[in-house]
Amino acid sequence: MSEATDTGPMLAADGRPLKQSLKRALRAQKLRALMLIAPLLLFVLITFIAPIADMLFRSVENQIVSQTLPRTAQALEDWDSTGGDMPPDDILAAFTYDLVAAAERKDHTRLGTRLNYEMTGISSLFRKTGRRVDDFGEIYRDQFVDLDPAWEKGETWVTLLGDPEWIDEYAAWKAAGGDNEAGAPLFRLKDGIAQVLPETSDAYAQFARIAQVENNDDPSGEEPWAPVYLALYRDLAQGGGIDVASLGLAESALVETTAKEVTRFEAVPLRSLYTDVEDDWADPEVWKTVKTFLPEYTPGYFLSAVDLQKTPDGISAKPENQQLYILLFERTLFMSLVIMGSCVLLGYPIAYLLSNLPMRTSNVLLILVLLPFWTSLLVRTSAWKVLLQQQGVINDVLVWAGIVADDARLVMINNQFGTIVAMTHILLPFMILPLYSVMKTIPPSYVRAAKSLGASNWTAFWRVYFPQSVPGIGAGCILVFILAIGYYITPELVGGTTGTFISNRIAYHISSSLNWGLAAALGTILLAVVLILYWLYDRLVGIDNVSLG
Amino acid sequence: MSQMDLPPYATLGQKVWHYAFFVICGLIFFFLIAPILVIIPLSFNAENFFTFTPGMLAFEADAYSLKHYRDFFTNPSWQQALANSVKIAPAATLISVSLGTLAAIGLSQDHVPFRRAIMAILISPMIVPLIISAAGMYFFYSRIGLQGTYLGVVLAHAALGIPFVIITVTATLVGFDRSLTRASASLGANPVTTFFKVQMPLILPGVISGGLFAFITSFDEVVVVLFVGSANQQTLPWQMFTGLREQISPTILAVATILVVISIALLTTVEILRRRSERLRGMSPG
Repeated sequence: MSEATDTGPMLAADGRPLKQSLKRALRAQKLRALMLIAPLLLFVLITFIAPIADMLFRSVENQIVSQTLPRTAQALEDWDSTGGDMPPDDILAAFTYDLVAAAERKDHTRLGTRLNYEMTGISSLFRKTGRRVDDFGEIYRDQFVDLDPAWEKGETWVTLLGDPEWIDEYAAWKAAGGDNEAGAPLFRLKDGIAQVLPETSDAYAQFARIAQVENNDDPSGEEPWAPVYLALYRDLAQGGGIDVASLGLAESALVETTAKEVTRFEAVPLRSLYTDVEDDWADPEVWKTVKTFLPEYTPGYFLSAVDLQKTPDGISAKPENQQLYILLFERTLFMSLVIMGSCVLLGYPIAYLLSNLPMRTSNVLLILVLLPFWTSLLVRTSAWKVLLQQQGVINDVLVWAGIVADDARLVMINNQFGTIVAMTHILLPFMILPLYSVMKTIPPSYVRAAKSLGASNWTAFWRVYFPQSVPGIGAGCILVFILAIGYYITPELVGGTTGTFISNRIAYHISSSLNWGLAAALGTILLAVVLILYWLYDRLVGIDNVSLG
Repeated sequence: MSQMDLPPYATLGQKVWHYAFFVICGLIFFFLIAPILVIIPLSFNAENFFTFTPGMLAFEADAYSLKHYRDFFTNPSWQQALANSVKIAPAATLISVSLGTLAAIGLSQDHVPFRRAIMAILISPMIVPLIISAAGMYFFYSRIGLQGTYLGVVLAHAALGIPFVIITVTATLVGFDRSLTRASASLGANPVTTFFKVQMPLILPGVISGGLFAFITSFDEVVVVLFVGSANQQTLPWQMFTGLREQISPTILAVATILVVISIALLTTVEILRRRSERLRGMSPG
């Protein structure tokens, strides 16, 4: 103690305290190691981890409804869905403005497909209505135009609602020779107009922007679509509150005269426009479904993945005839267990033989295990397809040997049996190799000692040898099981309809039914199962002990 | 004396069990190997059948033919698939081996912060079921415009091959004598020279066998390429997969036979490399 205080801290050659100097060297070493790892880590994060994260995100993501129907989303929030009726016209008007924009952008079919996952039939409802929604309000358009043909002209609308500054900018851009609307300044509303004509300005601004962006049109040359007239009618028919004085001089006159006439307009309830297209709109379930799936994130896909559904009244089981996934998960687990069991049964004797034969012989026999391991998965699957077919080799041999009649050939493919046989063959090396590496380390003297103490062959094996080989069985089982539950190719080719796994359903949803959210949810559940098993594997065997051949 | 030898005093039951055990093992080996071997003669079938014709069983010369091989080498769609496989697999292997070797060297240093977490991330492409990787990559790569491009498939395959490179190279580095690099440095070599002249030759067997694993992973991979690729990136396994699912043609057996020959070659190479590596590191060949 006193010596240390006398001489101070020990110093390195450059005069720094040794401790500090060592710390610096350690830091440099850590940094160098990280620099070496960084490129690969970055690569894996971008090419692999990001996709997995994307999948997890998609399994709960549901922004399409609220993004495609922003006005409806707001309006439906306060709608009481317990009544057995269609929503009132206010909500339907908001829905009309949303739908006409979506139809113009061709988004309504995607939205319809999304909602169709939750309620069959919505997709065609949206598709049909999307084709006709730009006529909703036609009746008002005709009456406005009869009253004053100015309403037909795009210019009238632009001067009434457009920001004068925008009109100037736009004119200047036109004068400068701009003809591709993509570079044009986007339509802006006049200050304060949103208070005077709230629905009209909103609906028209949407029309003008879509005209510019989607169709490359100059708004002042285009007559708005019918729902804009619907909006104008609704604004004017409210009466009273219209402060025409705040509008420009010429426009205020037009609006004022029109407003007076509007009360005499022939009106038609919006709901009848919808039910004319398709009676199903009157079904409150449609609207309840829309309302239920408004939030940006939804557990809906996960619920579907376990045969539940989200309804306005809470979570309930799906109807019997639509239940599928629990069965598929059960089948996947059951078949993986069977495959794992057959791998143990077939792998154990081989591993035992290999580890007890002299090195030279066992190395030769090991090649018989490694050859299938190294052979292409598709080669092995095609081999089984060839062998198991009704006109295949095995059936031919059985018929030739007289075991099976020619007209009663065995059906061994496109069912669970085919999948189990082919996958046992494919995964068997993954059982043998870990078993072999464990059995090699069991000293033969233990069994000899047991026998010399009077144990029979069986007792010596069962009480002495077998317990020592259990870690190998555990490692092999988990490895085979992990690989089996995620298998896709083999069940797809030899599984038929009864021998398919959950992964085949995931692939189906990605490439055929295009229900990506459900595919992502099923994938997430499968991933969770695999990660738990893998965690177990790590506890039992350790990641670092994964050996390859 | 081997464990499997029968002692002279064995009873009849023990003798029966002893030979029965060999028969059982023989049957299991038969189960392992026969399916692979059976397709080899079938691929020389002169007919478009998937089973042995009477002529083949009688060893008649005109029951055998090379027509399925001829089809493979002349059919444009098989040739396109072969060309794609030969393009994609080496590119993916190059990426996984170069980045993987560097990272394995980094990971084998004494003080690596978060080593377990990093290792878990780098190994994850091997653990996650392929269908899930394929789904995630399909979603993400179509977001960033890589879906349906060669680059997308190469990057995806490189990611799948990385764990194999990491595992084999780190295993080689476990036995690496660090004093060799120190000796090299003390003799005035800079780190780059040390790496290429001292470290690289010693870990080369591990690097090559890691590369072979990565190559076979990409060359044999079908799930991810089915989703990440488009019709232009059809590889051999993809072509085989669609062939098996839709119109099963015996050309597949010819391709399968060629692939079996390739895997035997690869297996031999890896085995030789493993023994060489163990000899270099002073372990007995096992």
